[in-house]
Amino acid sequence: MSDADASGDSGDDGSGAFGAAIERGEDVPLLTGSGEYTDDISRRGTTHLAIRRSDHAHARIENVDTGDAEAMDGVLAVYTGEDVVESGVPNTIPTAWDLPGLVQPQYRMLATDKVRHEGTAVAAVVAETPHVAHDALERIDVEYEPLEHVTDPVEAVERDVSPVHDEAEDNVAFDFELGDADATDEAFADADRVASVDLRQPRIIPNAMEPRAALADWDETTEKLRLWMTSQNPHLHRMLLSAGTLGLPENKIQVIAPEVGGGFGSKIYHYPDEAVTAWCSMQLGRPVKWQATRSESYLTDCHGRDHVTTGEIALDEDGTIRGVRVETHAGLGAQLSQFGTATPSYLYATVLSGQYTIPAIHCRVVGAFTNTTPVDAYRGAGRAEGIYVIERLVDVGARELGMDSVELRRHNLVAPDEFPYESAAALVYDSGEYERAMDLALEHVDYDELRERQRELRDEDRYIGIGVGNFIESAGLSPSGLAGDLGAQAGGWESSIVRFDSTGSVTVLAGTADQGQGHRTTYAQIAAEELGLSVDDIDVVEGDTDRIPQGMGTYGSRSASVGGGSIARGAREVREKARRIAAHQLETSVDDIEFEDGEFHVAGAPDRSLHIQAIAHEAYLGHDLPEGMDPGLEETNFYDPENFTYPFGTHVAVVEVDPETGEIEIERYVAVDDCGEIINPMIVEGQVHGGIAQGIGAALYEGAAYDDDGHLQTRRMDEYAVPHATQLPDFETDNTVTPSPHNPIGVKGVGESATIAATPTIVSAVVDALEPFDVDHLDMPITPESVWRAAETGGDR
Amino acid sequence: MWKPPTVIANTTRGRTTEETRRQYMSEHEISVTVNGERHELAVEPRTLLVTALRDELGYTGANVGCETGRCGTCTVAVNGETIKSCTRLAVQTDGAEIETVEGLADDGDLTPLQESFQEHHGLQCGYCTPGMLLSADALLATNDDPTREEIREAIEGNLCRCTGYQNIVDAIEATADRLGERR
Ligand code: FES
Ligand code: FES
Repeated sequence: MSDADASGDSGDDGSGAFGAAIERGEDVPLLTGSGEYTDDISRRGTTHLAIRRSDHAHARIENVDTGDAEAMDGVLAVYTGEDVVESGVPNTIPTAWDLPGLVQPQYRMLATDKVRHEGTAVAAVVAETPHVAHDALERIDVEYEPLEHVTDPVEAVERDVSPVHDEAEDNVAFDFELGDADATDEAFADADRVASVDLRQPRIIPNAMEPRAALADWDETTEKLRLWMTSQNPHLHRMLLSAGTLGLPENKIQVIAPEVGGGFGSKIYHYPDEAVTAWCSMQLGRPVKWQATRSESYLTDCHGRDHVTTGEIALDEDGTIRGVRVETHAGLGAQLSQFGTATPSYLYATVLSGQYTIPAIHCRVVGAFTNTTPVDAYRGAGRAEGIYVIERLVDVGARELGMDSVELRRHNLVAPDEFPYESAAALVYDSGEYERAMDLALEHVDYDELRERQRELRDEDRYIGIGVGNFIESAGLSPSGLAGDLGAQAGGWESSIVRFDSTGSVTVLAGTADQGQGHRTTYAQIAAEELGLSVDDIDVVEGDTDRIPQGMGTYGSRSASVGGGSIARGAREVREKARRIAAHQLETSVDDIEFEDGEFHVAGAPDRSLHIQAIAHEAYLGHDLPEGMDPGLEETNFYDPENFTYPFGTHVAVVEVDPETGEIEIERYVAVDDCGEIINPMIVEGQVHGGIAQGIGAALYEGAAYDDDGHLQTRRMDEYAVPHATQLPDFETDNTVTPSPHNPIGVKGVGESATIAATPTIVSAVVDALEPFDVDHLDMPITPESVWRAAETGGDR
Repeated sequence: MWKPPTVIANTTRGRTTEETRRQYMSEHEISVTVNGERHELAVEPRTLLVTALRDELGYTGANVGCETGRCGTCTVAVNGETIKSCTRLAVQTDGAEIETVEGLADDGDLTPLQESFQEHHGLQCGYCTPGMLLSADALLATNDDPTREEIREAIEGNLCRCTGYQNIVDAIEATADRLGERR
C-alpha cells in the first residue's frame, strides 16, 4: 500500500511542494483551542436569538401571541412572520437551479400562513442571554389548525393528500427526464435478459460536528451588515442575502466564514435562520447571535438522499449491457432548497452510465414536495445516488446471468482509448483507466483466492461477502455555460488572487471556503510549485467577502480542481510578469530567461540571475520596469473549466455476516481512488477515510425516519447513528493517477469520491454474503435485524 | 431598490449585558481553577460547565456539538477525571481544578500527542479535536501501550464526522509508542 508519507517535507526548495505529504498549516490553532469557530466569536453587547419552530408537520397558523414572551425580563423583542413582511425586505429564500416546469412556491424567512414541516421557523426571540431567549420561546402561544401531512415521496404524488403547496396540487415540483426513452425501450426489447431492483435510499442527516451558527452585527452609521456564519460559500450567501432575503446592496454585506466545523453540503445553503439573525440585528441595532442546538440541526439542516427507485438493466447472455431504465421519486422536503432541484435531477441521472459503455439510458425523476425537512446535496450529492443505482443493477444483472460480478463489470468498462467518452446520459468523461484501478483493488484483496475461501467457508456455514464498487464522479460543477444551460442560476467558475507582497512574501486569496479540507496547505503547495517558493512563503486567505472579492465556494469536490486551477493559472500569470521584469533588468529578451527554483536566469549564464522575490520588490518600487508595464505583482484570476472532471476508482469490501444474529463484520476495506494528480497525499488519504466513513454510515447505520404524525423520529444524537470509532474498521487506501487532461494542474478532486463508492460497495458485500439465502438486495441501513430477517425468509421481503 | 429597514419593535438599547442580567437572575459565586489559573465567577444555577468555560471565562476550546452528552466535543478534565462538560453544572464544580485543551501545550510547544495528531493528519475541521485530545490523554495516563481496539474504545464517546477515526487512532498509537521509547 502506498501509505501517505507523513514525514512533513517542507518543500524548501520550492520544487516538489506539489505532491508532498506536507503537514497542515491549519492544525496548530485547532490543536490548541485557539481556532475560532462562529460561536467562539462575540461582539460587545451581543444579544441572543432563539427560534420558535413548529411541532406540527403541516398546519395552518391561526394566531401567534407573543405578549407573554415580550413581557419577560431580558427579552428585547419577539418577531413573527408578519413583522418580517411589514419591514419590507424581499423575504424570499430563492432556489438556485431552475428546471423545466418547476413549481417554485413562496419560501419566507418566518412562516406566515402555514407550517409545512416540523421545525418550520415561526417566531424569533431576541434576549440578553441564550437562557432567557430559550425560556421565552415557551411563552409564545401559537394556535394551529392541523392539516393532513405526507412524508413519503411516492405517497405524496400517488395518494390523494392535501398538497404541501397549493401551487402543486399533486405535490409534483418537477417531472424530469434524461436520455432516450425510445432507444432504451428498443434495447430492452432486443436484449437477452432483464434484471431489476426496487430500492430506497433513506434520508441522511449530515451531522457536521459544529451545528450551524451566525453572529450578525448591523452598523447603523455605515448601514453595513457584518455576518459571521458557518458557510461553505460566503460569496453565495452574500448574494442570496442581498438578492433574496434582506435586499441590502451586496457591497453593504460582509460575510465571514471563520473556522467551520464540517459541512458535507449542509452549510452550502441559505436557510431562514441566518437571514433572521441578520434581520434582527438590523431591527435592534445590536449584535445578534444564533447558535443551533443539535435538535435544531436535525430538524433544519438540509437532509440528503430520500429516493425511491425502480431500476432495470438489459443484458445479453455474454454480459454486454444493452440499456438501463430508471424511475425515481425524490423527496424534496417542504421547500425548495437552493440545489434541491439539481441534486436529484442532473447530478443524479447523468452518472447512471457509471464506468460502463451503455448504449441506451433513460431516467425519469419525479421531484415531490413532502412535509419534511428540505432535502439538498449531501456529500456525493446525486452522483452517490446514481452510482448506487447502477452498481446495484450491475450486481443483480450478474446474478441474473449467473456471472461473476467482476467479470460483468470488466466486460463493460469504458476502455482507456475511448476517452473523451460521451455517455448516453449526456456527459463527456475526460479521462480514465478504469480497469487499472479495478485490478489494483482486486489485487490488494487477492480476489480469486477470496472467492475460493468464500466457497470453503460456506461449507462450514460461515458467510463472507465480497463487495465491489466501481464509481465515477462528475466533479467541479462547472463550466458555467453548461451549468447555465441546465438551469443553474449561478456560475461554475472559481476565482482567486495571487499577490506578491512588496517584500517577497505571497498572499493567496481564494474564493472557496474550507471546512476541514486543508485548503490553506494544498493551495500553498500549488502556488509554491508555480512560483518556485517554499510553502512557508505563502499565506492563504479564505472565507471573508471583504477581503476576497469573488468566489463560488466549496462543494461538488471542486476546491482543488477549480479553486486550485484558478490559483495555478494566477500564479503562472504572476510568474510571466516577473519574467518580463527579469528580462528587462537583465537586459535580455524574455525568451532567453529561464526559471528554476524561484530564480530567473539568462540561458547559458546562470550567474546572471534575479530571484522572483527580489523582482516582486522591484515591481512595487516601479523604478525600473519595462516600457508601458504597470507596477505591482498580483493577478486576479477567474477560472471557468471547459468540462467537469471525472474522478473514479474501485472499492472492495470483505464482510462476514452471521445469519443467526445478523451481525455484520467488515474484515477488510480497500479503496483505490484516482483523483488525477495528487497535491498532498496525506490530505487525499484523509478525504478518502472520511468519505468511506460516511458511505459506510449510510449503508449500515444511518437513516432518518418520520413517524406517523410527521415527526422526525431521529431527532437527537442517540437516535441517529453517526458512526463511532468502534463501528468502523481500518481502511486500506491506494491510488492510481490519471490526470485530467483539461485541468491546469491535472487534478480531478477527491472530496466526495469515497462516500459515493463506499455505500454500494458495502451493500454489495453484505448481499454477496447472503447469496446462499437467495437475497439479491437489501435496503439501507442494513441492520443486524434486516440481515437476520433476510436470511430467515430467503430474501422474500 | 433597497430602503433602510423599518424599526418595528421598541428595544432596550444601550443596556449592558451585565446590568440587565443582574435584574433577573439569581446567581451563585463559584471559584474554579482552569489550567492552573484561578477564576471567581457568578453563574446561574442551571449554567452548564461548558457554557461557563466558554462564555464566562473565554475558554472556547471545548466545543458544543450536542449539549446532551453524546458527541464528546465538550470533553474536559475535572479534578483529573475526563468528563463531558455539558453534563455537569458549573455550580457542581465549585473549587475544582479543570483542564481544557488550552492548557495542554506549554508556552506554544505542542505536547507529543498534539504533534502526533498533526503528523498523522488526525484532524480535519478540528471541531472534535479538543475533546479527542483530552480523551486520548486520559487513556494514555492509564494505559501506556494500548491496542488499536482499546484506543477505539477510549474515544468511542467522541464523535468525529471528518476523519473516519483511523488517523486519530494512528496518532494516539504513535504517541504511546513514542512515550514508551522514552521510558
Ligand atoms: S456537547 Fe457535550 S457531549 Fe456533545
Ligand atoms: S475533525 Fe471534524 S469532526 Fe473530527
